[in-house]
Amino acid sequence: MAVSKPTIGAPYYESEKESPFFSENVRAFLLFVGSLAVFLLLWELGARSGIFARGMPTATKTLEELWWWITHPFFNNGPNDLGIGWNLLISLRRVAIGYTLASLVAVPLGILIGISPIARKGFNPYVQLLKPISPLAWLPLGLYILRDSEQTGVFIIFISSIWPTLINTSLGVANVNKDYLEVAETLGASRLRTIFKVIIPAALPSIVAGLRISMGIAWLVIVAAEMLLGTGLGYFIWNEWNNLYIPNILVAIFIIGLVGLILDSIFAAFEKFVAFGRNS
Amino acid sequence: MSVVPVNSVTPADTYSPTAQLSLRNVTKVFHGKKDLFSQLAGKRTKDFVAIEDISLDIEPNTFVSIIGPSGCGKSTLLNMIAGLSDTTAGQILFNDQPIAGPGPDRGMVFQNYALMPWMTVEENVRFAVETVYPKWAAKQVNRTVKEHIQLVGLVGAEKKHPHEISGGMRQRVGIARALAISPQILLMDEPFGALDALTRGFLQDEIERIWEQQRKTVIMITHSIDEALLLSDRIVMMTRGPAARVDEILDVPFPRPRNRETIEQHPAYHSLKAEMESHLFRETRAVEAARINKS
Repeated sequence: MAVSKPTIGAPYYESEKESPFFSENVRAFLLFVGSLAVFLLLWELGARSGIFARGMPTATKTLEELWWWITHPFFNNGPNDLGIGWNLLISLRRVAIGYTLASLVAVPLGILIGISPIARKGFNPYVQLLKPISPLAWLPLGLYILRDSEQTGVFIIFISSIWPTLINTSLGVANVNKDYLEVAETLGASRLRTIFKVIIPAALPSIVAGLRISMGIAWLVIVAAEMLLGTGLGYFIWNEWNNLYIPNILVAIFIIGLVGLILDSIFAAFEKFVAFGRNS
Repeated sequence: MSVVPVNSVTPADTYSPTAQLSLRNVTKVFHGKKDLFSQLAGKRTKDFVAIEDISLDIEPNTFVSIIGPSGCGKSTLLNMIAGLSDTTAGQILFNDQPIAGPGPDRGMVFQNYALMPWMTVEENVRFAVETVYPKWAAKQVNRTVKEHIQLVGLVGAEKKHPHEISGGMRQRVGIARALAISPQILLMDEPFGALDALTRGFLQDEIERIWEQQRKTVIMITHSIDEALLLSDRIVMMTRGPAARVDEILDVPFPRPRNRETIEQHPAYHSLKAEMESHLFRETRAVEAARINKS
């Protein structure tokens, strides 16, 4: 009879081919570091040999500047010579105010529009017409009405970051799984209880997804708007352009990207938190 | 013992006086699109008669299964009893009162569980209890929630979210939620349809056990002959749609408590099963034939 022989000691299972030092993550990291090194090397060589535009800084010079700005973030020698930390905080403050105001309007309005099909159809033309307008088109209007660059910046953020949240919220609320509503209905839940206990939690993944898109747009827009407003990261870039000092522009670009990445990661984590197994 | 078809169509003057739920000449028509826009767009659709002239009396404390070929309007019927959908003609009387809408006197168990994914097992049950009994003290709510989680055997999983538990466990939560509001009738719409065969059998046994404890009136929609025979006191067999009717009502005489093995020993088991099989087979074949001829 073919009975398998009992093995002596622990059974031997062949381990996976890859060793722990070359797992997928380690390889990806090596690819990242390797490609970054190649990129910096080509940049350095290209800048030194002058095949880029004239005055293009070398990689080492740019990194040096980056290090200097990061280690000296908070100094204040007047509006045209402000530490990057201050500029960053000014930009973040404008975004925070405009974005919060936009969310406070967009989420309740989106819920209202989502619940009522009539409201949805009635308000849809406004939303669709206003959504594609470039935020900068509002700038002259904002400056004329508000007569204040700070308030205009906030207004631009508000008007540009309201739409994704509004649209996503109303879609999320309108498309709440019918089963959840039927459960609430068979239990005889009041309209208000259904909205707060069922519809809003059910739509939360869409709402947060909308908030995330809005935040991304707000961060895109603030840099552009600040070029025309004075102070903030956008103005920093504009100022360095007027000084024709390219390394600082590259530093600012890097910092803008980094902050945008951090903001987006926060919202990504928040999205995951409210998903509860639903694929968002 | 022989199989007795109780009545094929209940005549209008013989309604049972003791019935808890009584359907009288219930008809459901889904109206087609006939407005001007649909006509211009060529999307005009005809009215669809889902259910035609169904009369049915359901006595208190009985377990009734409704079985029929797919698409025969079983779910429509249950939704009308639940109050989620209106009747086009006829009346549904519940304790001699016409049903006006959904209400917590009828507990509903959904085929796809319909649990709120953002609530834990406990919160799902609690949501139902708090909605139906807003004036209860926290202590009483807690006790009721705990009791029903125990009843369906989910102790230890209270703090889990629905996506963390199996389909069978999810449906237990669905059953606990429906029972926790102490409804007079439990409505179950193919409660085990989405489960694998082993889990289904296990949950059927659980339902039998719970029913022995509570003896509530239950109306269950099912596709499964074995399930209907194991659980029900009466089996309502519906004809195919459109214009589905009640074809026959079977009494299931097996003594309780039942289990799978002992009911098969019962002399009526095989004739009942054969009766249901031939009915379902005939109706399903006719549905298929109608579909082929249409296209």
